[in-house]
Amino acid sequence: MSIGIVSAAYIAAAVLFILSLGGLSGQESAKRAVWYGIAGMALAVGATVLSPDVANVWIIALMVAIGSVAGWFVAMRVQMTEMPQLVAALHSFVGLAAVFIGYNADLEMSRVLSLDEGSKALLIGFAKKLAHKDAVEQSILRVEVFLGVFIGAVTFTGSIIAFGKLAGKVDGKAKKLPGGHVLNAGAAIASLVLLVLYFNGAGIWALGLMTVLAFFIGYHLIMGIGGADMPVVVSMLNSYSGWAAAAIGFTLGNDLLIVTGALVGSSGAILSYIMCKAMNRSFISVILGGFGGTTGPAMEVTGEQIAIDAEGVAAALNDADSIIIIPGYGMAVAQAQQSVSELTRKLRAKGKTVRFAIHPVAGRLPGHMNVLLAEAKVPYDIVLEMDEINEDFPTTDVAIVIGSNDIVNPAAQEDPNSPIAGMPVLECWKAKQVFVSKRGQGTGYSGIENPLFYKENTRMFYGDAKKSLDALLPMID
Amino acid sequence: MKIGALTEIFAGENRVAMTPDSAVQLVKLGHHCVIQSGAGVKAGYSDALYMSAGVEVLKTAAAVVEAADVLVKVRGPEKAEAEALRDGQTLISFFWPAQNPELLEITKARGATVVAMDMVPRISRAQKMDALSSMANIAGYRAVIEAGSNFGRFFTGQVTAAGKVPPAKVLIVGAGVAGLAAIGTATSLGAIVYAFDVRPEVSEQIESMGANFVFLEFAEAQDGAATGGYAAPSSPEFREAQLAKFRELAPEMDIVITTALIPGRPAPKLWTADMVALMKPGSVIVDLAAERGGNCDLTVMDQKIVSDNGVTVVGYTDFPSRMAAQASTLYSTNIRHMLTDLTPKKDGVIVHNMEDDVIRGATVTKSHEITFPPPPPKIAAIAAAKPKEKVKEPSPAEKRAAETALFKAQTRSQVVMLVGAGALLALVGAFAPAEFMSHFIVFVLSCFIGFSVIWNVSHSLHTPLMAVTNAISGIVILGALLQIGSGNWLVVVLAAISVLIASINIVGGFLVTRRMLAMFQKS
Repeated sequence: MSIGIVSAAYIAAAVLFILSLGGLSGQESAKRAVWYGIAGMALAVGATVLSPDVANVWIIALMVAIGSVAGWFVAMRVQMTEMPQLVAALHSFVGLAAVFIGYNADLEMSRVLSLDEGSKALLIGFAKKLAHKDAVEQSILRVEVFLGVFIGAVTFTGSIIAFGKLAGKVDGKAKKLPGGHVLNAGAAIASLVLLVLYFNGAGIWALGLMTVLAFFIGYHLIMGIGGADMPVVVSMLNSYSGWAAAAIGFTLGNDLLIVTGALVGSSGAILSYIMCKAMNRSFISVILGGFGGTTGPAMEVTGEQIAIDAEGVAAALNDADSIIIIPGYGMAVAQAQQSVSELTRKLRAKGKTVRFAIHPVAGRLPGHMNVLLAEAKVPYDIVLEMDEINEDFPTTDVAIVIGSNDIVNPAAQEDPNSPIAGMPVLECWKAKQVFVSKRGQGTGYSGIENPLFYKENTRMFYGDAKKSLDALLPMID
Repeated sequence: MKIGALTEIFAGENRVAMTPDSAVQLVKLGHHCVIQSGAGVKAGYSDALYMSAGVEVLKTAAAVVEAADVLVKVRGPEKAEAEALRDGQTLISFFWPAQNPELLEITKARGATVVAMDMVPRISRAQKMDALSSMANIAGYRAVIEAGSNFGRFFTGQVTAAGKVPPAKVLIVGAGVAGLAAIGTATSLGAIVYAFDVRPEVSEQIESMGANFVFLEFAEAQDGAATGGYAAPSSPEFREAQLAKFRELAPEMDIVITTALIPGRPAPKLWTADMVALMKPGSVIVDLAAERGGNCDLTVMDQKIVSDNGVTVVGYTDFPSRMAAQASTLYSTNIRHMLTDLTPKKDGVIVHNMEDDVIRGATVTKSHEITFPPPPPKIAAIAAAKPKEKVKEPSPAEKRAAETALFKAQTRSQVVMLVGAGALLALVGAFAPAEFMSHFIVFVLSCFIGFSVIWNVSHSLHTPLMAVTNAISGIVILGALLQIGSGNWLVVVLAAISVLIASINIVGGFLVTRRMLAMFQKS
């Protein structure tokens, strides 16, 4: 296959990738969009393998076969509640691959440059390109390699830690080594120094040292970020994996890699931006971990939390005409989405209006709740975004909060001194009655009291979300 | 104590102050009840009914006055009745002490205690004995019924085979208890109802009953809370604005029901003769203020007249009496609640506690003393209305100015960013080789495409988006593929591992996305 045809295939693949991402604007077109993505990837890989630049096809075939089976296995086995950790784990692969490819580029460069002119003519693929590079281009290449490895390394350890936190294997609380951000900053500065050395011809040791530093930055950065900020972290890592691919593209002079890397990178960046906006916090403050300082004492919370049993909730639901359910991470933890779906089905069968209100940062992954509800066969047209539904609460009879806390905290609007002041929240307290399904009396991720639980129209429905809902189901008639 | 009810001697008065039901309740308070024979007949209660409720029926009024310690009545006492009262006897009835000073003098001289039902203060606790409200409620209802019987058309709009009927338009002036009751009755009959009141805080009540509040643009608004929930006289300017508004409405209205009263004053003239002249023939005016001179110029007390242009003006004053059974039930209940408060221990002993706001307010004479007017009640009747905050609408010019300013600011920031980025690019371009720059173009354009494409992604698909971008970022496999043909074994091994893990990424990412998207179902 000639280089021209390979380029044509690359262009087609790039277009298909763009169509694939664009198709995600709606649920129905998304089903087609994923096929565009698969076709684009098949075209890109197929054309590359068949191009005259590639050798050792048998190794490739073997590796792709093993990888595909492993990927298939993982994709079929994963629970929808485990989606955040799967995405994080997959990011780490991209990061590691980027690190390896960067090293390869360095190794190849020193090998090729040591060859004589005759052998250079026989080279193929990446090595052939290297052979024609002059001194300036080699220096530029070093910068590209360095950046690719750096981003890849940060992505790798960062994603592993994110995976561990999401899977519960690493403590989800924000933790920092003594020295905190100074350590990160120091490592980053040291990496910059190494870049200059590497640029000026220092050998592979500079690259290696930098990789260790970058591994540390990835680890320490994500360790310092708490569980509920994970949506931002995962989308940020998503973005990084894209930029790593783009940097590799520069190294290899491959436009398809650059295009795809840029698409993925910008996608992750936008998602991070949306998540931060939904929490009314700057990207920097999320990445540096923890909530911003308060400017004064928090508003006094008065009243008491009044508990209610399943009978009471069932009676209110039987009387209600319109109901809004607000799911949060607690629903995912309790695996209660099937019970929620069953409740929804029963209530809808009685002619009641049931809708779901999804806060952008509910759960541990952007759009996490939507996927869980879809898995439980809740129709997506009754699952609404915060902006679509927030004005409907005053006309709603019953709002049910299942495992959410900070995203329904009225302090965000009422208490200017609250750490979450100004964060957009679901105004469920405006409904005529609010039921909160919650395990205990603890506070949310932000660690602040939720005045919602003390409101006059709020009743606390204590217990594991799944058990509570299952107790409730037979009473809905 | 003995509670005695007298037959009403006022002409046309059909109500009675004690019903068999209320008598049963009074007995439970420890009292003994007597009634004048025939007192309840006009309201539908025969002597036999009273007797079966355990009430002693006495032949004459004199016998009742003689026997009873507490007399209950509807209308205030006639002179003769007042003079028949004895020292220490209590009379509970309407009294209108401000209008009847000579009656006050008589009862004072007789040494009787008079509890005036029209003087019960308007506080929440006293609502159960607020006879004015319960009578006004009936009057409001009856006014609409009376208007309907004099109005030759339907209230509700209909489209029938025989043609279209427009709905009647009803204007209620004064949204007190009677006005609100009239609004409720007229709207439930299907009319389009407008209502006016000088107290802007009642607009919510008016709208809650289903009527349109006639809004008057006027700076000086009354606060009804300061006057115990009643209207106060308004300034001449306000009156003019009000009349102009009515003049504007008059030609459209089919039925006008006026209920405007100011405590202790003649009724304000709100519906002038020229407004009546503007109305369509066949229209009806019901003046509930007729007893106090009427809100309408043409009103003749206790009569129904027809104006020169065919407008019927109803000036009856006995609306509650026209529904005697209902009115008696409510009034006797009010009386019973008053007696409940006067008998705190439920032992048949009346304790006239002058410290109690309600009892103090209603008592007008006691032990040879006139105790009218009462001191102001200790608790405010109703909370002062909060002034409504008005959001100032920016004028079109201001809006345009704000938009231009915003546009300018945006342009400025964009130009600054473009110039800055351009300069940076030029700097890179000055040193970087040509090949790098051509790749760089691709990179920058891709970022722009990425940003514009991703913004359109639906929020609910953010997780599939992450999975798909994850699969796509497996494109790094291309880099590994291009390196795997190297002569260096280490490079081959690293490249092979990269191919492996990138394959996991690609296959896993796409498959899991397919799985997720297949789950999204429409209802």
